[in-house]
Amino acid sequence: MSILECKGLSKNYGSVTALDHVDLTIEPGRIVGLLGPNGSGKTTLLKLANGLLTPTAGELRIDGLLPGKETHGMVSYLPERTCISTWMTVSQLLDFYGDFYPDFRRDVAVEMLKRLNISDSQRIRQMSKGTREKVQLIMVMSRAAKLYLLDEPIGGVDPATRDYILSTIIGNYNPDAAVVISTHLIADVEKVLDDVIFINQGRVVLQSSVDAIREEKGMSVDALFREVFRC
Amino acid sequence: MNWQFDGGAPIYSQLVGQIKQGIVSGAFPPGERLPSVRDLATEAGVNPNTMQRALTELERDGLVYSQRTAGRFVTEDRNMIEEAKRGLAAAQIRNFLEAMTRLGYEKEEIVTLVRQETTEEGLQCQF
Repeated sequence: MSILECKGLSKNYGSVTALDHVDLTIEPGRIVGLLGPNGSGKTTLLKLANGLLTPTAGELRIDGLLPGKETHGMVSYLPERTCISTWMTVSQLLDFYGDFYPDFRRDVAVEMLKRLNISDSQRIRQMSKGTREKVQLIMVMSRAAKLYLLDEPIGGVDPATRDYILSTIIGNYNPDAAVVISTHLIADVEKVLDDVIFINQGRVVLQSSVDAIREEKGMSVDALFREVFRC
Repeated sequence: MNWQFDGGAPIYSQLVGQIKQGIVSGAFPPGERLPSVRDLATEAGVNPNTMQRALTELERDGLVYSQRTAGRFVTEDRNMIEEAKRGLAAAQIRNFLEAMTRLGYEKEEIVTLVRQETTEEGLQCQF
């Protein structure tokens, strides 16, 4: 069964259409890039999948279920902006995640934090922006979820941090789970993706695998994106 | 291994090329066990499914074989490795010849130039 399935999914904010009859499916074991320019509807789609928004029309199902109490336990969401409480120490944050999410693998998180030389007693407030992003990603990826929704995980961090984040995503690969990464930094994520979904003005304009694009068009996804979305 | 990707060729085929290169150059010696798909994918910074596809392709070619529980190994057949090496060399030479032809050289001239270049280098090495 698909992990994520959208049928005629639409979302309006007043008179503004953010998503317009989106049909798509995402299968387990895939790492999918949700690619589109600013304002194309990427964040809206992730928030709908996470149950933070409700559809105006159509439906979205997670593992066959409508978003709700049960699906919250299956979906691990990394918001665009860091949302961890800055007054917490690392060990308080670990407790917090452990309390909230039964699928939180504390040992996995501790191991990843150790590799970054982040101590338990360090406060989030004392960390640089890049370190905060890494810590939040570690928390999100340490859940044994079925669907990971990562909204711009590599925006606004340096290239070395980007590499760290992407290798963390690869290192946590699970054939039973799907990962959706929304971004417009395509050249950086291309090698990590199975499939890409191009979204523009609330509509899906392309869904294909990275190597199928390269095979059929003889160009990288980055080059194709520049062609499709030329201003 | 130094993994690099470019242009529009499918990533799995670029991986096949680079692993082949690693086998031919001895970075992955004959009979040696290859790292797991996940470790290779993390090292190369690529999707694990893409790495899996590349290894399956190499298995089909015979350069790599898998043993159900023990993992994947580089072939011990040195003739096959030698053959792969010649294949890679032939591709390099074709690229070179194409580039030289674009510069306007004839085959004979190219051979003369290569001979000059290699003997000069040989002399430099002696002194």
